[in-house]
Amino acid sequence: MNKLKEWRFSSQLIDAMLPLFATLAALVVGAFMLLALGANPLVAYNALLDGAFGSVNSLADTLVRATPLLFVGVGICIAFRGGVINIGGEGQFVAGALCGTLVGLAFPNGPALIIVPLAFLAGVLGGAVWGGIPGLLKAHFNVNEILSTVMMNQIATQGMNFLLIGPLIDPVQLERASRIPQTARISAAFSLPRLVPTRLHLGTLIAVLMAVLVYILLWRTTLGYRIRAVGLNPEASRYAGINVARHIALSLALSGALAGLAGAVQVFGVNFRMFTDGSATGFTGSAGFHGIVAALFGQLHPLGTIPAAFLFGGLLVGANRMQRAVQVPSAFIITLNGLVVVFVVSTELWRQQRARRRAAATIPAEDDEALPAAMPAETKPQDLEAAI
Amino acid sequence: MTQLLSAQVLLGILASGIRLATPYLYAGIGETFGQRSGVLNLGVEGQMLLGAFAAFYAVKRTGNLWLGLLAAMVVGGLMGLAMAFVSVTLRAKQGISGIGFFLFGLGMSDLLFQRMLGTVETVSGFRPVAIPLLSQIPVVGPIFFNQNLLVYFAYLLVPSAAFVMNKTTLGLKIRAVGETPEAADSLGVSVSQVRYITVTLGGILSGVAGASLSIALLNVFQQNLTSGLGFIAVALVYFGGWRAWGLLAGALLFSMVNALQLWVQVLGIPIPSEFAVMMPYVLTIVALVVAVQRVRPPTALTKPFVREG
Repeated sequence: MNKLKEWRFSSQLIDAMLPLFATLAALVVGAFMLLALGANPLVAYNALLDGAFGSVNSLADTLVRATPLLFVGVGICIAFRGGVINIGGEGQFVAGALCGTLVGLAFPNGPALIIVPLAFLAGVLGGAVWGGIPGLLKAHFNVNEILSTVMMNQIATQGMNFLLIGPLIDPVQLERASRIPQTARISAAFSLPRLVPTRLHLGTLIAVLMAVLVYILLWRTTLGYRIRAVGLNPEASRYAGINVARHIALSLALSGALAGLAGAVQVFGVNFRMFTDGSATGFTGSAGFHGIVAALFGQLHPLGTIPAAFLFGGLLVGANRMQRAVQVPSAFIITLNGLVVVFVVSTELWRQQRARRRAAATIPAEDDEALPAAMPAETKPQDLEAAI
Repeated sequence: MTQLLSAQVLLGILASGIRLATPYLYAGIGETFGQRSGVLNLGVEGQMLLGAFAAFYAVKRTGNLWLGLLAAMVVGGLMGLAMAFVSVTLRAKQGISGIGFFLFGLGMSDLLFQRMLGTVETVSGFRPVAIPLLSQIPVVGPIFFNQNLLVYFAYLLVPSAAFVMNKTTLGLKIRAVGETPEAADSLGVSVSQVRYITVTLGGILSGVAGASLSIALLNVFQQNLTSGLGFIAVALVYFGGWRAWGLLAGALLFSMVNALQLWVQVLGIPIPSEFAVMMPYVLTIVALVVAVQRVRPPTALTKPFVREG
């Protein structure tokens, strides 16, 4: 019996380690790519690690970069657990940032303790609306959410460009000939407090808090239970009396709300204004996509997403150092992230097989007394499936 | 507004709309094959980017357009093969692995571009070829029959794809595998083999779609050249109800609106250009609402096949 328990524990441990193995595999493939590009992989990876985690400043930068990934990633956990794929993080991020900035600019002389939370609330609402629209379309018109969220990204980007070139443009830029498309700076009083004398700001703590709250939401509340039930089996949920359409829309809206909050926090903690280079990426740094990577890596668990966001934030920060050290463009990291996603989802098959094997091994355990007779102690767990 | 209605402008919109539909047709037809067999490939965008780069680079180095096209097909095909391996053999979640391939293609094409070219350059790509006699037809001739070869091929691909899907054994197998893989399997059709073929074919066609941008329509390569075009192609597959002719209708509608907004900007009509650019995307969402009501997706779409036993 102990052996069985031991085996099940180690089997589950290996499951938890699968993303790490997948990342190692991606790094190995990446090493060959670096070689092909004429760079020494060891020097490159060393620079990457050093740039990401090597000093207090780089650690702080990593945390700052990880913050939007964590917000978005935690939101992705809700959506994916609810059975909907949210590719719209970019647009929701932009929508949230715009709403937050608007509040900040509308009340430049208001008390920070009221205006900043209000701006974050606006960010949450903006993101929730931008995620909720595809949610409602999926729930009531069966429109594939992958596609509608991608379209919503483009619409948000164009909306942002319009506002930043037009009505919201920084009055200073309006006077100059350059007319760089960016908003005015929000009042200095609204900047999020720094935690240590680095760029690290309060937003990182808020993101961690959100991860814990979403964990509680998903696993400790009825609403979370229903969202997960709908994600696992919509038909059964419907028979159980759950309003499936409402929970589909809700999980996308909640997911968008967190991405929207990420955008607002980015404005008040890092950039203090919005700017655009014409694409969404210029402002978001592709947080909407990297957040998906972090969530997947964290096995779609909000708490698992915390270290995952930290890791990928580090990769993105370290990429710049690596670029300087071995002259490999930082786009390498996006390539690497793509490989990590592919490798992590590719390990799904093994995870399922192991889960089946574990489930099979549990059946005789229902009758503990009878087990020793039925199963000799030296029976290897691998044989269980055949034995049953 | 009156400027927009002049005959010359309308013809201009039609001609550019027909041209702009080209990448959607290649990528969309490829995706249609994949989805009809039950595999959702969301990595189209990444395949297009790498195909576009491969074609551009080959043409830049050799000056041979056909070599460029071949390079795009090889690179796209390899990406398709990798997607097939991950989604068919390893049975990975397709929506997510597609995003992985998208990121891979996005990063890789940028990486290669920065490393091997460095700056945005142009090549002389496929030029318009006037079809004798047909291009002489007044009004219609210059619109339809004075395009580049990749445009003609794209429009020939539509009836060919419809024929393969509906009238050949391969098409029957693809549809069977996408609707009832168990039944197809029991009749001796290899579900894996069919899906490998369709997804690899999809990759090849996505590569061509990328090439149609970089060596025929735009004749440049830059970071994120496709900017969401591949995702729109996937959306058009849904819009077209998983049929080649439906896809053609969707691609034309989308491109005409796109051409219209380009002309709106050219003519200096006072609509903010951002709203004009937004128009096709809003339209696609509306179109998805209308289209999805009518047709049901392939039953086995996104479901990996496991033989019971």
